[in-house]
Amino acid sequence: MPSVSMTVNGRAVTGDVEGRTLLVQFLRENLSLTGTHVGCDTSQCGACVVHVNGESVKSCTMLAVQADGAEVTTIEGLAKDGELHPMQEAFRENHGLQCGFCTPGMVMSAVDLLQKNPNPDEGEIREWLEGNICRCTGYHNIVKAIQTAAASMKG
Amino acid sequence: MYDFNHHRPASVEDAAKALTGASDGKILAGGQTLIPTLKQRLASPSDIIDLGGIAALKGIKEEGGNIVIGAMTTHATVAGDATVKAKIPALAALADGIGDAQVRNRGTIGGSIANNDPAADYPAGLVGLGATVHTNKRDIPADDFFLGMFETALEEDEIVTVVTFPVPEKAAYAKFANPASRYAIVGVMVSSGPAGVRVAVTGAGPRALPPRRPRGGAGR
Repeated sequence: MPSVSMTVNGRAVTGDVEGRTLLVQFLRENLSLTGTHVGCDTSQCGACVVHVNGESVKSCTMLAVQADGAEVTTIEGLAKDGELHPMQEAFRENHGLQCGFCTPGMVMSAVDLLQKNPNPDEGEIREWLEGNICRCTGYHNIVKAIQTAAASMKG
Repeated sequence: MYDFNHHRPASVEDAAKALTGASDGKILAGGQTLIPTLKQRLASPSDIIDLGGIAALKGIKEEGGNIVIGAMTTHATVAGDATVKAKIPALAALADGIGDAQVRNRGTIGGSIANNDPAADYPAGLVGLGATVHTNKRDIPADDFFLGMFETALEEDEIVTVVTFPVPEKAAYAKFANPASRYAIVGVMVSSGPAGVRVAVTGAGPRALPPRRPRGGAGR
């Protein structure tokens, strides 16, 4: 059985996995980090988005062994010292969610967007969210939340 | 997903050895097609040979008038690369239109062309730009690489290492994208340059092809 080591939310972790263990299974089942959700399980909905070496990826479409040695950040790793990350705060403030199932993936995806493009226009935000599906609300408040976060993170 | 033996070789040579040594080995590049396929149990390889640990397969450089892209270079890297954007903006645009942001962060050029999905973008890009596929064994012109639906000229133990693109004078890629997957319903790359005037269409047939010339040979 392969053993994997990685840094998850700043903490060094190791574990024995099967070759076929998905990264999302490793996060949820081995590490009990259940903030990362499995939605469609077919690489489309984006509920499972986490960051691997700073890039947003779908953790249901990556093997745990592929993340061996990597830096992984999940939704649980965003808040610092009990303070929500500005993106989380903006989702809260703008009610960028209804049932909340897609939200962890939405937030992780949006954080990656602002890393690459700190000042996206509405079209760029909507295009970036291609890989994140919300079935409750439409995307209006999600887009608004990301715009708010972009403004507040510029400080 | 059925279980398999996992290999993470550090060189292409070791990867080829692992592939030859396996009863039914399969190469894993970015995994954006292979992993969903395994999850649906549409494939059950005995061994997975993961190229993710081979640094030499990643990266983009300009060499002798060509743009040289390592097989394990992601779509996001190609889309954002300053050299590609300056020399072959059509190729950067093609890469930027594949799937979604997360797929582009994992999916690779080598994986896409070795899979040869008939609706994938890169096959039209390679044929339309007159690229050459380099493997651990030989160099294959794009025209001879894509044989049919999910079928390429690659032999059982052959691994794509690099793709080279001649820099065209001009080129453009346009597609009708499937609204859900962003796969090409039809996509067309046109270019003019050292490889002549080239056109390749993906999505509209079993593989990326130059369009048939009209009857009566009405011009090129």
